[in-house]
Amino acid sequence: MGYAHEIPGGAAWSAVVRAGRRVTLTARGDDANLSLLLFGQDFGARLDRLNIPDTLKAQMSGCIRPPMVLMSDRGQALASVTASTLDWHDALTGFGHEFHLERFGPSSYATDRNEWRRAARTGLVSELTKHGLSEVDLHGCVNVFTKIAISDSTVLGDTAGLAFVPQHGRAGDTFTLRTEQDLLLVASNTPHPMNPGRWAPAAVLVEVGIADPPALSISDDPSALFRDESARALEETRKALL
Amino acid sequence: MRTSVSTERDAATAVHDQVVEAGDGALVAVPAGGELRIVDLRGNQAVDTLLYDAQDIANRYSAFDTVREQRAVYLTAGSRLLSTRCDELAVISADTCGRHDTIGGACSQESNVIRYGEHTRHQHACRQTFLRYGAAAGIGQRELGHNINFFMNVPVAPDGGLHFADGLSAPGKYVQLRASRDILVLISNCPQLNNPCNGWDPTPVRLLGWWSP
Repeated sequence: MGYAHEIPGGAAWSAVVRAGRRVTLTARGDDANLSLLLFGQDFGARLDRLNIPDTLKAQMSGCIRPPMVLMSDRGQALASVTASTLDWHDALTGFGHEFHLERFGPSSYATDRNEWRRAARTGLVSELTKHGLSEVDLHGCVNVFTKIAISDSTVLGDTAGLAFVPQHGRAGDTFTLRTEQDLLLVASNTPHPMNPGRWAPAAVLVEVGIADPPALSISDDPSALFRDESARALEETRKALL
Repeated sequence: MRTSVSTERDAATAVHDQVVEAGDGALVAVPAGGELRIVDLRGNQAVDTLLYDAQDIANRYSAFDTVREQRAVYLTAGSRLLSTRCDELAVISADTCGRHDTIGGACSQESNVIRYGEHTRHQHACRQTFLRYGAAAGIGQRELGHNINFFMNVPVAPDGGLHFADGLSAPGKYVQLRASRDILVLISNCPQLNNPCNGWDPTPVRLLGWWSP
């Protein structure tokens, strides 16, 4: 059962994953950054998107970490973060644009073949278009494996400065989701636009299998027990799948 | 301490002057160079706001592109409000409040159920207001991005914690946008009753606009 797929550094990818699957992402190098968008399948409509603000405020967090539930615009649980070797995955800084790549110099298929450097946004829009979606459907992403540190904003007047944390994510780090409903996953595996380093995109391995234990079947699930809000999102999905 | 930035604009010369009642909304077209002031008449009132390129509503306000490019979570005077294409839609030209949230999102019936329970499902929420007032410009579900919450205070901590707190605003505080191109400003004057973002009592705000008619 299950399958594995390696997303090369610099590439984009999308896949439909059914409910009750375990999706494990593994960084193949340091400073990997997988910008992840999620859509509920919604009988093919794919209009119920991951809502990062709702996900963060409902679970009182400024980042994504286990055992948080990833929530949609319509207040459903899309997936639960069941495990990670890291306690911080950024969700406040979006994905890179073509202008972020200018410092690396020109790049094209003609000169670089498949090493052609393209921005995360370009790859995400390309994948969305394959599924009948478009740039209109872009939304706040999870930047898996990336930490953008937040300065102390409890000081009145501070605007909460942000800084990339080098080597927060290392080769071998993992991030595991349990899908709570049929999902469309859209991802770009491109260095974070605030990463000041040279162009060295790390590959990310995706492994998809049956979740164990399966979703929504046990009362001692860490995501359901995390917060009342997390449990209510899971309950809304249970009702939608009934 | 961030300083308050005010302007000399006189309300008597405004070409747009509108009070948005508690829980109501507005769609205002602001031409390039025009300025729109949002006045928190009674204090502690969250004003959920979305911006669109008036020529192409697919080019809409992007909270996370704005946050990343300014390298700071909160918006204040001087913040460039960027679109999903990283075009500058507007700049905050004045701000007597100090800072504003853009990562907390808007309330919806569905998120109210998650946050407060099933008994809040049929309370009024910003998402309905956005859809109601956006419809005239073709703004539907797909066009709703992550918004600005003017006058709302959502502290984030270095350890990754986040919570909603009492506002920093007070009666008469205002924030002002200068349009960098022709834009649509879609506003929901937040009806949320279940947290302190509106001081537990939603109140009206005033919109004042200055541009060449």
